[in-house]
Amino acid sequence: MLRFVSIGIVCIFFLASFSIFEKKIYPDKLSEWNFFKGKLSDLSPSKDVVPYSLNTPLFTDYAEKSRFVRLPSGKYVNYQKEGVLNFPEGTAIVKTFYYSADFRNPGKNKNIIESRVLIKEQEGWKALSYVWNEDQTDAIREIAGDEKQVEFIDQQGITQNIRYVIPNQNQCKGCHNSNDQLMPIGPSVSQLNGDLNYLTGKENQLKYWNKHGMMQNLPSFASIPKTAVWNDPLSGDLNARARAYLAINCAHCHRREGPAQTSGLYLTESETDITAIGINKPPVAAGQGSGGRLVDIHAGDANASILWYRMQTNNPGERMPELGRSLAHQEGIALIKEWINKMK
Amino acid sequence: MRLLPFLLFIFIGIPAVSFCQKDFQKKYQSLFIMAEDGDVIELPEGVFELTNTLSIEGKKKVTIRGKGMNKTILSFKNQTDGAEGIRVSDGSDIVLEAFTVQDAKGDAIKTMHVKGITFRNVKTEWTGTPGPENGGYGLYPVQCQGVIIDQCVAIGASDAGIYVGQSKDIIVKKSKAYHNVAGIEIENSLNAEVFENEALENTGGILVFDLPDLVQKKGGQVKVYNNNIHDNNYINFAPKGNIVASVPSGTGIMILAAKEIEVYQNKIINNQSAGTLIISYTTTGKAIKDKLYDPFPSAISIHDNVYERKTGSPVGKDPLAMVLGRKFGENIPHIIFDGIKNPALLDSNGKWIAGQCISIINNKDQSIVNLDVQNNFKNIERADNSFKCEN
Repeated sequence: MLRFVSIGIVCIFFLASFSIFEKKIYPDKLSEWNFFKGKLSDLSPSKDVVPYSLNTPLFTDYAEKSRFVRLPSGKYVNYQKEGVLNFPEGTAIVKTFYYSADFRNPGKNKNIIESRVLIKEQEGWKALSYVWNEDQTDAIREIAGDEKQVEFIDQQGITQNIRYVIPNQNQCKGCHNSNDQLMPIGPSVSQLNGDLNYLTGKENQLKYWNKHGMMQNLPSFASIPKTAVWNDPLSGDLNARARAYLAINCAHCHRREGPAQTSGLYLTESETDITAIGINKPPVAAGQGSGGRLVDIHAGDANASILWYRMQTNNPGERMPELGRSLAHQEGIALIKEWINKMK
Repeated sequence: MRLLPFLLFIFIGIPAVSFCQKDFQKKYQSLFIMAEDGDVIELPEGVFELTNTLSIEGKKKVTIRGKGMNKTILSFKNQTDGAEGIRVSDGSDIVLEAFTVQDAKGDAIKTMHVKGITFRNVKTEWTGTPGPENGGYGLYPVQCQGVIIDQCVAIGASDAGIYVGQSKDIIVKKSKAYHNVAGIEIENSLNAEVFENEALENTGGILVFDLPDLVQKKGGQVKVYNNNIHDNNYINFAPKGNIVASVPSGTGIMILAAKEIEVYQNKIINNQSAGTLIISYTTTGKAIKDKLYDPFPSAISIHDNVYERKTGSPVGKDPLAMVLGRKFGENIPHIIFDGIKNPALLDSNGKWIAGQCISIINNKDQSIVNLDVQNNFKNIERADNSFKCEN
């Protein structure tokens, strides 16, 4: 017994000692950030912490996500038409991943897995990962990644048991990367241009930010771009929704400044070169990920398209995105299938 | 008295450390993340099972050193996450040394955006019979500058064992590649020297390619010399869709659309379909939409190599083997050129302009065929002495 306890102590000591090397000391516990008030697992934001949501979010093994941003007191972000907003130094973004026990009752009996904190320092963004304890009382910083078995009942009432992977600190940058600098992926004006239920009622997020001094220099509302909601046909046509889906799920790597620039496949919403989008484009270094298909997108035939194949396979050497999923996103697959099959 | 817990900790802690190392993945991933400039991280002797990529990011002058190529083995046989075994990105002066990466689910070791990357005594392998389910690349530096691959071994990659892509200033030496689709491949890369390697029993031994639609457009200044390139007759097991799936089995050296290439003093032995194959990208039948891409090989010199092959039909069933077999039976010429020249590099008499020609001279047992692909092989003919450059 003593032996086991001491092993635990040694391991903790060993891991904890790493933080000595870090130039800046970050909190070891999520609670120390004071993002939330009251019971931590309620995720009730403190006064200066504002929730936000994206029109079309990144798929992460069906995890639900809550997102908050905290701007430094008196600071704001300037409107910019394209790309992730240039937040002021000291901004913190906290994203929490959880599963409701039964997806048909969302928000009830949450199992919170991890919270990721992005903090804007003078030299750029820094990513920290906090893993929630079993009691859901706090989350502890983790740099080397981890795995958790998660069970939930899906929309169809079927029990799912998955191995949820918490990325290591380097893997954060595998996705959160622009010209080798760590960057948030989601918060652009076009992604934020949608309604959110605030405590004060439903409101467009950009209007709310503007009203509360968080965003300045907003142009006339009609001129602000708006990302389609991938699963809401009222928000955009098939092409707009498919491109929005590919942009958030793929383009953090697959764009000219991203880690997948070597592939020549670029999936940002603004990309207009049809070869770069993948149409009739042979792969560069797909290896077995080609799935025996010849081109990334074969217009009119999803089944002959590497892009669609890689969304479905769960082999880690083939699947896309490379990180953040062990399940295939059936609804996203259906959307991209329809998009490719209707392509002329 | 205060010291007592500490002493107790050391005392009991020693045997406990090996227990901790059971969590090899976490321990070494943490070390890689926390490494300081100039650190050497030693990997112990043994076989270690990993389930996720080990990654090194944004480091300077860091060495990862095992106890020996066959002593420190990182096995990814049960990998569940990550698209490669080891990934190194955005750093400088990184050395990977003296270990093996085995059975990665995707690529074995990928390094990207590293200035100064050395692989020394590193082996990447897929065990078992090579097949399309193997990972694509063994040693895989891409968009790197200052690449040294020295005394490495690459086995079983379903694309290329040693693959240097979109990089600059490269040395690949004293290494061995076998049972890969491509043994060694230099793609869209500048200033590479490939020497004293052994490439055997791959589908193709050494490839020098220029492909369209990439960030680094143009390769060139590639020297391939003093290599032993033999018995590259392995069946092509690349998954369809990949460019190497079109490499004919039985190829010693293949030059695809590349420029400024010198191939000399190699032993090119018993590669039964094409000792050396020189073709343009158009011959692959793939469409070209990249307007900045030049699909034709030019400025190539092949000299003082030793060619030999066993009498016999070409291997494999691809179109090249069929065409050559029909025309030449069991005595296939060593050097195969598709006959397509960049019209922009020819003068009004159809001769190469200065410095752009394809020169093939002084090779032992030199024999050349011009395939005349442009005219659907109509005028396929021997051209053993037609590649002497006049200027």
